[in-house]
Amino acid sequence: MSPLQQELAIAAVKVVAIFVVLLTLFAVMTWVERRALAFIQFRLGPNRTGPFGILQPMADGIKLFFKEEVMPAGADKWIFLAAPAVAVITAFMSIAVVPYGKPFHAFGREITVQIADLDVGLLYIFAISSLGVYGIVLGGWASNNKYTLLGGLRASAQMFSYELALGLSWVGVIMLAGSFRIQEIVTAQAGGLFHWNAVQQILAFPIYMIAATAEVSRTPFDLPEGETELVAGFHTEYSSMRFALMQMAEYVNMITVAALGSNLFLGGWLSPVPSLIPDSSLWFLVKLFSLLFLFIWLRGTLPRLRYDQLMQFGWKVLVPLAVLNIMVTAGALAFFPAGIRAFFGFGR
Amino acid sequence: MIDTVVFYLFAALAAGSALVVVGQRNPLYSALALIVTMGSLSAIFGLLGSPFIAALQVVVYAGAIMVLFLFVIMLLNVKREDGESSQSPGLRTTAILLGAVLLVQAGTVLWAWQVAAPAGFDASAVKVAQALFSSRYLYVFEATSVLILAALVGAVALAKRER
Repeated sequence: MSPLQQELAIAAVKVVAIFVVLLTLFAVMTWVERRALAFIQFRLGPNRTGPFGILQPMADGIKLFFKEEVMPAGADKWIFLAAPAVAVITAFMSIAVVPYGKPFHAFGREITVQIADLDVGLLYIFAISSLGVYGIVLGGWASNNKYTLLGGLRASAQMFSYELALGLSWVGVIMLAGSFRIQEIVTAQAGGLFHWNAVQQILAFPIYMIAATAEVSRTPFDLPEGETELVAGFHTEYSSMRFALMQMAEYVNMITVAALGSNLFLGGWLSPVPSLIPDSSLWFLVKLFSLLFLFIWLRGTLPRLRYDQLMQFGWKVLVPLAVLNIMVTAGALAFFPAGIRAFFGFGR
Repeated sequence: MIDTVVFYLFAALAAGSALVVVGQRNPLYSALALIVTMGSLSAIFGLLGSPFIAALQVVVYAGAIMVLFLFVIMLLNVKREDGESSQSPGLRTTAILLGAVLLVQAGTVLWAWQVAAPAGFDASAVKVAQALFSSRYLYVFEATSVLILAALVGAVALAKRER
C-alpha cells in the first residue's frame, strides 16, 4: 500500500472504532443516568431488562425503531427532517480532534489515539460546537409549534452566551501550553497532579465545567427543554428514531465536553503521581467517567435556573471571571521570573 | 490530485449555495444556504493551508453571525416573498445593466488570473493579514467594507419605507 492509502486505512479504522465506542457509550450512559438518578431519588430505575437492567437501552432502541414517525401538519418538511441530522453530525464531528491517549509506534509509523490531530484543534471544536446550535434551533422552528420555537430560541440564546465563557476559559490553558493542539496541551501538564490545569488554572476549571453544562443544556441549565413549561422544548414534536437522534446528539455532546475537560484540565492520559503509577489511557477513562458522573450528579441535585438568572449569571459573573483569569495568567507568564514559574510548573 | 477534486467540490458548493441565497424566496432557506457558502469557503481556506482562518470563518460567520440572522428571521416570523416586486421597470433595466457590467469585470479578472498560486505563496494567517493590510489588496479590502456599509444603509432604507 502507498503511504496515502495507509494513512486512509488507519484513519478509517479509527473513525469506525470511535464511532462504535461512542454509540455504545451513548447507550450505556442513558442507562447509567436513569439508574443513578433513580438511586439519588430513592427509586430503583430500570432494573428488569437483563442483569441490573443493563439491556434497557437496547429495548428502548428497538421500541423507538418500531414507533410511528409523526410530523406536524404545518412543519417545514425538509428542515424538520434535516435538523436531527445536523445535530448528530456536528456532535460527532467535534469529538474527532479529542485525543484519548499517548501516541504510539506501530507498523513503522507514529499513530495518534485520536481521529485528527489538528494544529488548531481547540478552535476547530469551538467552530463545530457553534454550528451544533443549528440542529436545535432549526428543529424547534421547523416543528411549527410555539413550545418548540421557544425552546429553540432559548437554546440559541443560552449557547451563544455561554460559548463566550467557554472559549474564554480555554485561553489561559492555551497560553500555558503555547498551543491550540490538544495533544500538546495535555503533554504541557506533565509532572503530576499539581501540574494539571485544574490546579494551575484553578479559576478556569469551574468556569469551564459550568459553561460546558450550559452548552450541552443539562440541568441546572436545561431551560431549552424545561418540561414543566415547554413540554419537552425543541424536540417536543420529534418521535421515533428522530427523537433518538436528538437524544444521541445531546449525549455525544456531553461526552465531548467531558472528554475535553479531562484533556484540558485534568491532564488527559497523564497519571496524577507519575513516579508511582505510569501514564495510561485508563487514566483518561477514569477522568472521563468522573466528569460524566458529575453531570448526572448535578442533574439529580440542582433545580433549574430561572431564565433571567441564567443570563445574568452567564454575562455578569462567568464572563468577567474568565477575563480576570486570562489577565492573571498573562500577567504571571509575563512578569514572574522563569525560575519561579518552573518551580511551580507554571507555563513552559 | 485529491486537493484539486476537493477544491472544485467545495467551490461548486459555495457558488451553488450562493446562488440559492439570492434566488430563494424563503428568507430562512436563504440564510441556511448562506451558512453552507460560509462552510465551503472555510473548507477552501483549509485546503489553502490556512486552518486558522478556516476555523475563524466558521466561528465568526457560520456560527455567530448567522445564528443572529436566524434569530431575527424566526422572531419576526418573516414570510415567504411571493409575487413580483413593485419596483418600476426602469429600475430593473438599470439593475440588469449594472449586473452585466459586474459580470464583465469578474470575467476579465478571471481571464487575467493565473490559476496556480505564485511560487513561494504562503497562505498562513499572518501572511494573509499582511497581504491584506499592506499594499496589494488594500484597495479591495477597503472597497469591501464600503460595500458592506452600502448594504447596511440600503437595508435600513428598505426597512423604513415599510412604515
